[in-house]
Amino acid sequence: MTLTRAEIARGLEAAGYVADRDLAMAVWLMDFLKRPLLLEGEAGVGKTAVAKALADLNKAELIRLQCYEGLDQNAALYEWNYQRQLLAIKAREGTGENADTVEEHVFSEKYLLERPLLAAIRREKPPVLLIDEVDRADEEFEAFLLELLSDFQVSIPELGTVTATSIPRVVLTSNGTRELSDALRRRCLYHYVDFPDMDREARIILTRLPAIDSALAHQIARMVAAIRKEDLRKIPGVAETLDWAATLAGLGVADLRQEPEALHETIVCLLKTHEDRSRVTPELIDRLLGKVA
Amino acid sequence: MTAGNATADVGATGETLGPAMRRRLAGFIRTLRDNGFALGLAETRDALRILASPAAERPSALKPALRALCAATHSDWQRFDEIFEAYWRGRGLRRTTQLSGTPSEHVKPQRRLGQGAGESGAGMADHVERRDGPEADNPADGSGRKGGASRAENLAATDVRHIADPEDMAAAYELAERLARAMRARLVRRQRARRSGRRLDLRRTIHRSISHGGTPLELVWRRRKPKPLRLVILLDASGSMSLYTAFFLRFVHGVVDAFREAEVFVFHTRLAHVSDSLRDRDAARAIDRMSLMAQGIGGGTRIGESLATFNRWHAARVINSRTAVMIVSDGYDTGEPEKLAEEMRRLRRRCRRIVWLNPLIGWEDYAPEARGMQAALPYVDLFAPAHNLESLAALEPYLARI
Repeated sequence: MTLTRAEIARGLEAAGYVADRDLAMAVWLMDFLKRPLLLEGEAGVGKTAVAKALADLNKAELIRLQCYEGLDQNAALYEWNYQRQLLAIKAREGTGENADTVEEHVFSEKYLLERPLLAAIRREKPPVLLIDEVDRADEEFEAFLLELLSDFQVSIPELGTVTATSIPRVVLTSNGTRELSDALRRRCLYHYVDFPDMDREARIILTRLPAIDSALAHQIARMVAAIRKEDLRKIPGVAETLDWAATLAGLGVADLRQEPEALHETIVCLLKTHEDRSRVTPELIDRLLGKVA
Repeated sequence: MTAGNATADVGATGETLGPAMRRRLAGFIRTLRDNGFALGLAETRDALRILASPAAERPSALKPALRALCAATHSDWQRFDEIFEAYWRGRGLRRTTQLSGTPSEHVKPQRRLGQGAGESGAGMADHVERRDGPEADNPADGSGRKGGASRAENLAATDVRHIADPEDMAAAYELAERLARAMRARLVRRQRARRSGRRLDLRRTIHRSISHGGTPLELVWRRRKPKPLRLVILLDASGSMSLYTAFFLRFVHGVVDAFREAEVFVFHTRLAHVSDSLRDRDAARAIDRMSLMAQGIGGGTRIGESLATFNRWHAARVINSRTAVMIVSDGYDTGEPEKLAEEMRRLRRRCRRIVWLNPLIGWEDYAPEARGMQAALPYVDLFAPAHNLESLAALEPYLARI
């Protein structure tokens, strides 16, 4: 099943993600070249949403691995169910089975706990594997990941080698907490997710909040674009825009110019630090509004 | 992964693509490598597959496809379009294809291909327009590396104030930044080795096993969790330090980027907390912002009062038991020496080590005679020169022992 670029763009949009043409190309290449896709970009530009939409598009399961400092193979790959194993040993104590048989029994599939990475390669139908914020994991884990992504097989000492039954579509995201290794970068397709331009942002608002008035959506998109140009500590992302749009729609605002009060009161949806809030004064908002609306 | 398929595909592309086209593509990959892209054989192979696929029917589709494949970092991503246009459409920039590997030629086209910003001529901003992060560590520009190394050695020993050539200055800045990163990597490695002694915590293991009828289901491990070394840097940005400030800012930017726990303050007549503006990964932008804040308002240095502000408002928050405070200053203080001594004493009680870096120590015949310096010295653990890169590098073993 190879979709064309246009079909991919349409499919992602149907899944609630308005993709630009370049991203659609990157997604097409993922299938064509069977490479993982590395997404970088500021927080809140919708990197994780890409994976979700991709799963929807392919009607596949989304398996998510959230990375953090100190994440190890036990938490990411597999773990034995020790409690059940010990129970099984106790239960067999009196039966007179020899030790080898018991060992073989307790180190079998039945006692294996799948963690995201193992789960992703053992599905019947290829799932979408999202490795979120891979830059937060340690360097060792990254090296291990690289090995898994090139061979798609893992060895479990007690059980032997597990080969992938299906190759998952892999999406990695990074926020630039730490510089990723060259090897991992080279292995992946790369796409930089930027803040959407005004038109695309308006389309995103309309896709996610179908009830909203189209003129208002465009106004909001222009306003957010103007605010992003200010020197802020935390630039509002797409999620913030959507919150704000939902709030304004909920308050029954139809035109920003008509209701500056509501605008001033709801702008907190966009500004998440005290510093930013004191920087974006009502006067500044009015000035920006005059420019964009 | 599917090696068999891939080989078959390459065979297929070999037939559908003419040899001229393949040569052309190989040339493009080489051009990208010359510009610092990390590309291997697998990428060339996949590029051929793209060229033979429906994606290559229109050039408008070919560009994003090759970009997704070849770019690996944000800066690659930004430069790709320009290189692509230059190569496939032959618009200017022919020089990139003729590169044969001498270091200076390596540097120049990269810079030209950068965003073309930074022509303002405002101080250091235009020497640092492109950050060569760790991604520059690829075999592709290995030859450039070797050329750079000997130059780097010379630079490392030169007093920063004697570096006049802007290119050398840019190189020194870069070295300072790389030094900071390397220091972090080595300090962390030492900590790991020490951490390796894991022991069973028997008492707690047995305690937890009670609920399982005495079988130790959950083993509890005892492990000393080392607190990472935290660096707090107080940087003197007064007029008398002006020859060194830009250089130290680069070093400090590297430190902030590499150490997870680092705080930076700049002072002249007053103290400013600048860690946040330095945390910008784009060195040029971070330092631009910083230099604005760091510009002295004239009227000399008040080290004592700046330290008092630090002790009063910041110390409790930023200093823990494993903090080294690094003061970078020439010790010329226009305030009262008594005040400075008093504040140094307070600071000494709080932190683990105080390192005072003084660029003047590198000068011949220097003796710490400035009154401020005299007053501060009794509380300083390490009084070290910091006029060139070598002296900064010499700090590392000291920090590792803390």
